[in-house]
Amino acid sequence: MDIVRIATAGSVDDGKSTLIGRLLFETNSITADKLEAIERASKRRGVDYTDLSLLTDGLIAEREQGITIDVAHIYFSTPSRKYIIADTPGHFEYTRNMITGASNAQVAIILIDARNGIVEQTHRHFYITQLLRIPYVVVCVNKMDLVNYSEEQFEAIKEQFNELFKKANYREQQLQFIPASSLFGDNISSRSNQMDWFKGPALLEYLESLEWHSLENKFPARFPVQYVIRPKSDQWHDFRGFAGKLASGTIRKGDTVVALPSMQESSIEQIYRFEEPIEEAESGDSIVLTLATEIDISRGDMLVRKEELLEPTKELAAQVCWLDHTPLKTGKNYLLQHGSNRVKAKVTNLFSSINVLDYQTIEGVEEIGLNEIGYISLKTARPVSADNYSANKHNGTFVLIDEASNSTVGVGFIG
Amino acid sequence: MSTISTIPAFPRMLEDESIYIMREVAAQFEKPALLFSGGKDSITLVRLAQKAFWPGRIPFPLLHVDTGHNFPETIEFRDWLVKETGAELIVRYVQNSIDAGKVKEETGKYASRNALQTITLLDAIEEFRFDACIGGARRDEEKARAKERIFSVRDDFGQWDPKKQRPELFDMLNGKINIGENVRVFPISNWTELDVWTYIKEEKMAIPSIYFTHKRNVIERDGMIWPHSEFLHTTSDEQPFEETVRFRTVGDMTCTAAVASTADSIDDIIREILAAKISERGARMDDKRSEAAMEQRKKEGYF
Repeated sequence: MDIVRIATAGSVDDGKSTLIGRLLFETNSITADKLEAIERASKRRGVDYTDLSLLTDGLIAEREQGITIDVAHIYFSTPSRKYIIADTPGHFEYTRNMITGASNAQVAIILIDARNGIVEQTHRHFYITQLLRIPYVVVCVNKMDLVNYSEEQFEAIKEQFNELFKKANYREQQLQFIPASSLFGDNISSRSNQMDWFKGPALLEYLESLEWHSLENKFPARFPVQYVIRPKSDQWHDFRGFAGKLASGTIRKGDTVVALPSMQESSIEQIYRFEEPIEEAESGDSIVLTLATEIDISRGDMLVRKEELLEPTKELAAQVCWLDHTPLKTGKNYLLQHGSNRVKAKVTNLFSSINVLDYQTIEGVEEIGLNEIGYISLKTARPVSADNYSANKHNGTFVLIDEASNSTVGVGFIG
Repeated sequence: MSTISTIPAFPRMLEDESIYIMREVAAQFEKPALLFSGGKDSITLVRLAQKAFWPGRIPFPLLHVDTGHNFPETIEFRDWLVKETGAELIVRYVQNSIDAGKVKEETGKYASRNALQTITLLDAIEEFRFDACIGGARRDEEKARAKERIFSVRDDFGQWDPKKQRPELFDMLNGKINIGENVRVFPISNWTELDVWTYIKEEKMAIPSIYFTHKRNVIERDGMIWPHSEFLHTTSDEQPFEETVRFRTVGDMTCTAAVASTADSIDDIIREILAAKISERGARMDDKRSEAAMEQRKKEGYF
């Protein structure tokens, strides 16, 4: 059974919670007690409809203010797939939480209120789906019931959005426009009778049809070593297995591999998926490898296939999105975590920041503040075995950790 | 949508993710422990830990905070599992915290030791200097849990601050903490109740007998069926009677309601869940105390 990870972006006002509520409702995923609890809470709050946002806004502070602050994870399934929705906040102040929620998504749903069309927030949400290279984006033009299911209005918004896409860098991203009314269930799980002019799929139909495995396996094989397993038991006396999750690509038993950064060569003797020896592993598999010869490998190192070599480097250029209240500054040291590899890093240069509303770069900035995006260069204490983000998104990102607060303060996209 | 009649397959990507998290814990922390309650979720964690480090042993102990109000079947199962897996078991008792005057037993009809566990847990963390505690909480269980990260940093007092959660990007987990702080780790965050059961089925795992149908003395209270025991405070009009039941979730005998059921196999249980109109935590009195019961408890150090 496949898992599809979806990120939703938009504010309560766009009808995002109602949309999610609708998806859950129509896939039989809300139980009676949960629905009753929401009805009770809605009444207590003095609203005269069942406020489905109470389903996802799980924190006291969120319910007090009627906004989404942090990512909520919501689950539903159909007979063929399991869906995980990361319901992310739409407000600018919580952009970092949106990035957290969207970072693993294969699909993003951007909600637009049919009455308002594209607003500032839409630019930011779209920019983030581009930055994270989310392969599929659904532009859900919601509240169509409030514009009399007007085809002209839908087409106008579509055109506006396509203008936005023209400026975008990640061209392979696939857009699907869907006119919908989540309040009345138009084009959510089944096609609407109200909009005969729309020939595309309903939202759930579209989600059920997506395919991305072929996209994932075309990347080169990257195996970050997470943990070395040495049982030292009588039965497994000489066993030395390298545990990790294959970040991208595929590997086979017998492949000639190179350990990075040491550049030592060996070959894969055995691949174990837990107790079971297997012939081949693919992207996302948690496995243990044993090698034919004994070479020195520890956590933070990476195994790659000889024909897919990459050059470890101590100098990185990256686009960063800042996630902390204390801004990023030139000359400051951070810990850089790239997969299982954690090294000290210094920001050597701060080139520019970018305005996500018009894609203009702003030169000569002194710092990058919370929720801002900029271009920097870094020098690391030890080599990092990374790819350019545009060539392999699964091995082209890192996070920066502040050594004083231990917090994750930034995310970088290499290249 | 049509209702699902066949039993779905377990999504194996979830296992890959959970095992990755287990290995991150072993690599990033000096002294982790696995919080074991004897329920299906923590039994699942033990299975995942076995797989994550195979052919090595599980490199951390199991920690059981024993409220003294457990189902005897759970304790029996715990001891069997420890023997079977060769894992190390540490037990700390809520009774000791009560005797030491650190917590006060609740009184009244709804008295439970559920909330008292927190103090015993925090004491155990301090005693053994655990820097990471692996728990079986799932995001689908409850709305505050739906908001929690996989690595959830707790301060010196074990408290969760939902406004100060670290961004968790891609699968990069940041377990860096100061001395005295600890991290709660939730490897099955993205599993649903159904995923746990389909996993138990496919892995042919053993589970405590109380998950299957049996005859039991119960009382009826607030429209639910409660297991009658010496620990449950009952009123005179709550007369025990025998009923054919099973438990969908396993906590203390004082806060876990039973469901009328004749399910005597994992397949039956899964079919029952697929058809259920009430959620799993609907049978937990500890969550019903208020709309924010779980968030409040987590802020105080609950897992």
